Amino acid sequence: MTLRNQRTSLFDRRILRQAVLDSLRKLDPRLMAANPVMFVVEIGSVLVTAIAIDKPSRFAWTIAAWLWFTTIFANLAEAIAEGRGKAQAAELKKTRAITTAHRRGADGTLEDVPSGSLGLDDLVVVSAGEVIPADGEVVEGIASVDESAITGESAPVIRESGGDRSAVTGGTRVLSDEIVVRVTALPGASFLDRMIALVEGAERQKTPNEIALNILLAGLTLVFLLAVVTLQPFAVYSGARQSTIVLVALLVCLIPTTIGALLSAIGIAGMDRLVRRNVLAMSGRAVEAAGDCAVLLLDKTGTITLGNRAATAFLPLDGVSEQELAEAAQMASLADETPEGRSIVVLAKERFELREHELHGGHLVPFSAQTRMSGVDFEQRSIRKGAVEAICKLVEDGRGSVPKQLTELAGEVAQSGGTPLAVAENGRPLGIVQLKDIVKEGLAERFEHLRRMGIRTVMITGDNPLTASAIASEAGVDDFLAEAKPEDKMALIRREQAGGNLVAMTGDGTNDAPALAQADVGVAMNTGTQAAREAGNMVDLDSNPTKLIEIVEIGKQLLVTRGALTTFSISNDVAKYFAIIPAMFAGVFPELGHLNVMRLSSPESAIASAVIFNALIIVALIPLALRGVRFRAASAIAVLRRNLFIYGLGGLVAPFIGIKLIDLVVSAIGIS
Amino acid sequence: MSSSGWLQLGVLVGLIALSAPLVGAYLARVFGGGTAPGDRVFGPIERLCYRAAGIDEQGEQTWRVYAGSLLIFSAVSVAAVYLLMRLQGSLPFNPSHAVSAGPALAFNTAVSFVTNTNWQNYAGETGASHLTQMAGLAVQNFLSAAVGIAVAVALIRGLTRRKSDTIGNFWVDLVRTTVRVLIPIAFVLAIVLASQGVVQNLHGFTHAHTVAGATQSIPGGQVASQEAIKELGTNGGGFYNANSAHPFENPTALTNLLEIWALLVIPFSLAFAFGRLVGNRRQGWTIFAAMFLLWIGSVGVATHYELAGNPRIQAIGVVGSNMEGKEVRFGAPASALFAASTTDTSTGAVNSSHDSFTPLAGGVVVANMLLGEVSPGGTGSGLYGMLVFAILTVFLAGLMVGRTPEYLGKKVQALEMKLIVLYLLVVPLVILGLAGASVVLSGPRSALLNHGSHGLTEMVYAFTSAANNNGSAFGGIGANTNWFNATLAIAMLAGRFLLMILVLALAGALARKQTVPESSGTFPTATPLFAVLLVAVIVVVVLLTYAPVLALGPILEHLSL
Repeated sequence: MTLRNQRTSLFDRRILRQAVLDSLRKLDPRLMAANPVMFVVEIGSVLVTAIAIDKPSRFAWTIAAWLWFTTIFANLAEAIAEGRGKAQAAELKKTRAITTAHRRGADGTLEDVPSGSLGLDDLVVVSAGEVIPADGEVVEGIASVDESAITGESAPVIRESGGDRSAVTGGTRVLSDEIVVRVTALPGASFLDRMIALVEGAERQKTPNEIALNILLAGLTLVFLLAVVTLQPFAVYSGARQSTIVLVALLVCLIPTTIGALLSAIGIAGMDRLVRRNVLAMSGRAVEAAGDCAVLLLDKTGTITLGNRAATAFLPLDGVSEQELAEAAQMASLADETPEGRSIVVLAKERFELREHELHGGHLVPFSAQTRMSGVDFEQRSIRKGAVEAICKLVEDGRGSVPKQLTELAGEVAQSGGTPLAVAENGRPLGIVQLKDIVKEGLAERFEHLRRMGIRTVMITGDNPLTASAIASEAGVDDFLAEAKPEDKMALIRREQAGGNLVAMTGDGTNDAPALAQADVGVAMNTGTQAAREAGNMVDLDSNPTKLIEIVEIGKQLLVTRGALTTFSISNDVAKYFAIIPAMFAGVFPELGHLNVMRLSSPESAIASAVIFNALIIVALIPLALRGVRFRAASAIAVLRRNLFIYGLGGLVAPFIGIKLIDLVVSAIGIS
Repeated sequence: MSSSGWLQLGVLVGLIALSAPLVGAYLARVFGGGTAPGDRVFGPIERLCYRAAGIDEQGEQTWRVYAGSLLIFSAVSVAAVYLLMRLQGSLPFNPSHAVSAGPALAFNTAVSFVTNTNWQNYAGETGASHLTQMAGLAVQNFLSAAVGIAVAVALIRGLTRRKSDTIGNFWVDLVRTTVRVLIPIAFVLAIVLASQGVVQNLHGFTHAHTVAGATQSIPGGQVASQEAIKELGTNGGGFYNANSAHPFENPTALTNLLEIWALLVIPFSLAFAFGRLVGNRRQGWTIFAAMFLLWIGSVGVATHYELAGNPRIQAIGVVGSNMEGKEVRFGAPASALFAASTTDTSTGAVNSSHDSFTPLAGGVVVANMLLGEVSPGGTGSGLYGMLVFAILTVFLAGLMVGRTPEYLGKKVQALEMKLIVLYLLVVPLVILGLAGASVVLSGPRSALLNHGSHGLTEMVYAFTSAANNNGSAFGGIGANTNWFNATLAIAMLAGRFLLMILVLALAGALARKQTVPESSGTFPTATPLFAVLLVAVIVVVVLLTYAPVLALGPILEHLSL
């Protein structure tokens, strides 16, 4: 099972059935009280139902029924959002079976214990074919591990002691070899447990912006409650006393039920979207912070460039043909199994159709850290390729002189962000091979999108400033930090934060941990160390650093969706007033019938139509709340114009049309 | 509209367009912390005040201390005016023999002038001695206006400071506003008004025998000096009962225009001062634009309906605009312009009877106040009200750009929203609660001189005017009763000081925050779009609260014509 491949449709039938049941269970006032807007609606429903029982009329029952629907629809939205998470959690729980662990005692003896009884810092031995019993760190050995249970990636990954790939997750399976794991998480607090709790929504806490929005919605509810309650004295004074049913109907229509009903569903769905992209956010706060980020710190290797450098050009000295150089370089690289060496062979083949030479009796000279060269020796020829300084030394040792052109070419390559390698044959330098970082495709465009959204990208690299600057300009990042040490990264984050910017970064190594913790959004790679995974507030199960950009977009989309539905909800009120006010008073003051611009057929039908519209709009917007408003990378002003047009203006106009249409149906059926 | 009506409006808009940015620039220097024009003249006066009162000029205050200072100062002010009113009968400077006021009326009047409302349940000619006028009411005309500006400046500091616990010094802001802004401008204005025939003396009533043989009592008083600050400080309490309709307060078309200019100039120029103080003049222009749109819109509607007149009266053969309750020397356009402006600012001075306006023009002047006095509002209170709405607008619409809403780099979070929600609640609670009670309780209801929808408008107008510290009266209520003196005083106090405390708390919360730098991902708040959005939010969010009452009051009355 994988998270990624589980594409549950928006309204999966199983989820929907469960959600309907849940939405009724959520009518419990103790649960409803958490949402003040809908709590008011529920109280109104009870009130109107009581009146309908006392003095039954078709109108009273219609309003009562639709008020209940309004409450239930709100619960339904939340239940559907939760249901999708629960379905995923159920799958994950299957992997959380109790297994037997082989605990190694201090004297080296093995003892079989259930995985549930393991303690912190226990050492367990896991062999091929066994499931790792708990989260931990490999302290001995190396093994290939199948992590598809949590990442959905079927290719096994290597886990080894020391270094940056030492963390293992409970519930994953060792495929080969044997490792000793030090337990770092107690049962129930493991990565898998947290993941289940997260997707289930059990640990969901309201995020800062959600809290602020809730305060506003509760405040608006109070204001409208006040307006409706005080309406009665004014109505009594005017000789047009209103029934409680009508007042409740007006109140429910005015308070921001649309956003109140969908707010928590939007939040849950936002987390869900991250999970679908195999990112686990440890808190909703981090998701919101992602939307606010102004600076992204991106590691060069793996994020901006493909992991390895590749040969991109042969630069021969005067008197040497390019093909001659290419041939020599290719032969010298045959012994070089590194990706860089392979790329020289490939480039020579592409350029000059040079077949890989058979080494007729040649003797391969592998790369060594002392010589910093590799090559091949034949009877007549000795070809070497290596660092420019190393080749220069070789030439000088052979009493040759190094042509100035060689160092000049090497300088040019370095200047342009590449790495020069020199090639020599029999002590005679032939030229330079240029190695370059390969910038991932499409990145420049994505960075441009980010720039339009007001987000700066900073490339972090251990390269010298010259190389860094060349790659930075090629990739289109806004800034770079060269020769970066972990402290420098930390200092950069602190500086940006002091200036008021929120910073997002990715990291995997233990030395990234402090920076991951300091950053507002720290995305740890799942392949990274336990320390890094603990320090970050998100974990990317795919370990794809480029995903940081998607995370930012998801964060923004979450906030946009919230804002759009809030705007829509409040703009709706205008039309509802035009439906209900004339209906309330037209009996006593026929003049106010002029305000009935929708020409609704009767006062009862007008009030009922407004209430029904108010309920149906919630259902109509559930898919939007779960999917999120379409988000395009553009400047704030462009995004604002578009959304204001759709949700602000749309929110003003839509209910006029909707209420009129419902009125046509209601009056055709007959209500009073 | 007649050509003189257009000319008048054109000249007024021109005067504001010229003067508001200039005054705004001056205000920004006064409150900017650096040197300011006139330091050599004003500096010594201010230092004298500081030394006399023991104020540390450099001492910064947290929002709590700032609010505490403001409340203590205002409480002392209320006590002073209360005592003057209670004792004026036995105090000097009482040539017209005004009697000492009873406790309810004295309290109402004291609260009214200290809250910058200037609701008058007494008649100026007979109810207040010259001493009360000079030492009590005129002093509060200056100081209450200065208090409003101080709070606005404190809020601006909250927006501009980062990670700071303090928002300025109330006493310094109070002294600087009074000495450098209000007194100089009011001084010049008083002389100009006097030159046009506004009286300025210490006389009581002059008894004259007219040619026809009747006896006339002609009141005197230090009117010009009071008139200037009455408008400039958006106070509105007239020296005479007839307020700016009285020929000794407002004799000519020129003084009428000048008075309208005076009541608009500081609220509008504070928008420009704001822009300069936050280091982005476009922000100031945006706030100005929103204020201006609301003001010109209300002027337009009020003028239109006043010129259109009352169809019932026209039906009996009286053609032309609505002239009931208006001074002939002003006519309908100048009266509508004055009425809209005096309610758009929290002034409340009147040059015509708002009670006699056509229903929708009367509805507009109520709506102006209901919007919370932000178009451009009172001195200081207009700006801080508008900034509260700006933050609300940013919160509502700002999410739509995909970031936590921020205004001028300050994130709007739970604490700010709590304060803003309370700010939005106070005034409707007071207006709807007290007006609602007053229309159903038989005692207060019997104070209404009209019934039906017009009576409802009168009642709502009274509490709206008090809670928004406007002070103009629609008329039509015998409001000098214990019930109205008490409830209106409560409305005035809540509408003034509860809101000020909330605004200062907001300033404190904002000052403590980090400032997020602006980028292309920031919600733009210095654009025409934002000005329109701000207006839309004010109209939709605020006016919708009162829609039922407006429907039963002015709208119903209009539709019944």
